[in-house]
Amino acid sequence: MKPQAPRFDAFDADACREIAQDLANHEGPLLPILHALQDRFGYIDQAALPVIADVLNLSRAEVHGVVTFYHDFRSRPPGRHVVKICRAEACQALGAQKLFDEVAAASAENGAVTVEAVYCLGNCALSPAALIDGDLHGRLDTTRTLDLVAGR
Amino acid sequence: MTTKIYVPCDAASLSMGAEAVADAIRESGADVAVTRTGTRGLLWLEPLLEIEISGRRVGFGPVTPDDVPGILTRGEAHPLCLGPVEDIPYLKSQQRLTFQRCGVIDPVSLDDYKAHGGLKGLTHAVAMAPQAIVEEVTESGLRGRGGAGFPTGIKWNTVLKAKAPQKYIVCNADEGDSGTFADRILMEGDPFLLIEGMAIAGRAVGATRGYIYLRSEYPHAFRTLSRAIETARAAGVLGDDVLGSGVAFDMEVRLGAGAYICGEETSLLESLEGRRGQVRFKPPLPAVEGLFNKPTVINNVLSLAAVPTILAEGAAYYRDFGTGRSRGTLPIQLGGNVKRGGLIERAFGLSLREIVEDYGGGTLTGQPVHAVQVGGPLGAYWPTALFDTPLDYEAFAARGGMVGHGGVVVFDDTVDMAQQARFAFEFCAIESCGKCTPCRIGSTRGAETMDRVIAGDGEAVNLVRDLCGVMQDGSLCALGGLTHMPVLSALDNFPDHFPNQFPGAARDAAE
Repeated sequence: MKPQAPRFDAFDADACREIAQDLANHEGPLLPILHALQDRFGYIDQAALPVIADVLNLSRAEVHGVVTFYHDFRSRPPGRHVVKICRAEACQALGAQKLFDEVAAASAENGAVTVEAVYCLGNCALSPAALIDGDLHGRLDTTRTLDLVAGR
Repeated sequence: MTTKIYVPCDAASLSMGAEAVADAIRESGADVAVTRTGTRGLLWLEPLLEIEISGRRVGFGPVTPDDVPGILTRGEAHPLCLGPVEDIPYLKSQQRLTFQRCGVIDPVSLDDYKAHGGLKGLTHAVAMAPQAIVEEVTESGLRGRGGAGFPTGIKWNTVLKAKAPQKYIVCNADEGDSGTFADRILMEGDPFLLIEGMAIAGRAVGATRGYIYLRSEYPHAFRTLSRAIETARAAGVLGDDVLGSGVAFDMEVRLGAGAYICGEETSLLESLEGRRGQVRFKPPLPAVEGLFNKPTVINNVLSLAAVPTILAEGAAYYRDFGTGRSRGTLPIQLGGNVKRGGLIERAFGLSLREIVEDYGGGTLTGQPVHAVQVGGPLGAYWPTALFDTPLDYEAFAARGGMVGHGGVVVFDDTVDMAQQARFAFEFCAIESCGKCTPCRIGSTRGAETMDRVIAGDGEAVNLVRDLCGVMQDGSLCALGGLTHMPVLSALDNFPDHFPNQFPGAARDAAE
């Protein structure tokens, strides 16, 4: 099964404003807006901040503060493949640190692969675990992880 | 005759290839009807296929796509056959209340849910006075399953008594503790139970809106919950007229964004409101001024999911499970380096040894068990010498630990406890919300000081102990306030892992 590489649109301020306006009437709309933007563009472009601030009547600093607080929101576009490897205790008990280091090293030169640490994917009985392009995998080792990323 | 087959579709079984197994069944061309279910929680057996044979569901696992044709032709003679699933000792010995339907039903079928006793609690609740519902929950002895163990009925009573034009029910589904996955299994395996529990809570305290704050690391749960909420709304379980009672209650799922601290209830509320997830001062309690400063019930998934059983079967039924002041059942989650990891729902009082050895079967690597961490990243590390400790709130607190959300993570004898202690600080540094200086700065200094300890500087141990005290006393919430627990338990229970721990003694001996 070849992982589906996420496809993101290039950032577009008008589309950004539209997304923000669509969600602005929800209670506490900022996180839903940021998620929608990241789903569409893969990251939160700096140019999105004043647009969101304008739509929600917040200061740009407030929006910046929220974006940077949360680990999920990226400030740069990710590679074609995103690998989120669990580094928490249950996965550590079966070598997650080594897995993370090796996959990160093997992918360091490869701009198409973004490796991120996460702290628990809730797959603790089938460690080590990782989300590869949104699909959860368990009982991973370095070779298997790299194979999955490469679509093998 | 068409054979009924059940294939799980929760995240854990999918992570082991359940989708490919389902594909293989479809491609086999056999005369079968496949139902996708949640997981039974016997996770080492995933993907666990179940085939209905003579009226019983017979299990096969762990199954690969290549095994499928053989299983379909040979049936119970196949070497992967486990016999009737409900007779597997791991499951048979459990007391499934909250998780009775997980792995059994199609999670997004409301008819299936009703056919298995669902909505009985809510049906009772809409006919009861709000005060009577709160009393029933108080009577049951239910305590918050998120970690702190606060009596749920007392919290509800505060919200019921509060006067406000709008009240909220917030479900804390930010299950961030490593080693815990019970919330996920429930939300992916029986989402209507949580919806029902929240609707009962709404009826009990007079709240008409609910939010499930779900961690973004659970994309499968998000999809299942969203579908279930839509179905419930279409069927009149949610909406302006809950089950024809004339009372309104509706809800939605909101995604977190990868911040562990948002499992802390006041941070969670900040995050729901669209701000940085920074801890609030208490008082005011969320029950008085919570979401958007309105009275708010904020409960963990498992607390809310326990409520329908209490309303359906009565407070006494629930209270009769458990021990001392820990009533009802505790879903224990066994993970890490363990042979048979999974979900174990039992009345309180099981010992660590029974969990790790009898259920878990020792380590996956085959090495001796050396330590377990109970209660997530802020829980204590336990040595095998303390394995007779029963898992209940009071017994654990008395020995310097906590049950927390019921996660048990097993380590074999290759674990380096000094590194684990260091990681506790590192994790706190990564996840600190930054509000309290002892947590924000202390966590980084703690990791640095642990590096000195690891390098052999025994006197730095005293600094670490001091720092733990400062963080404990000077932090508003459990992140800074409990980081001492993994650190000090590692130091105290595993002194061999810390070089030159008693520098005074070493110096005296040298002189």
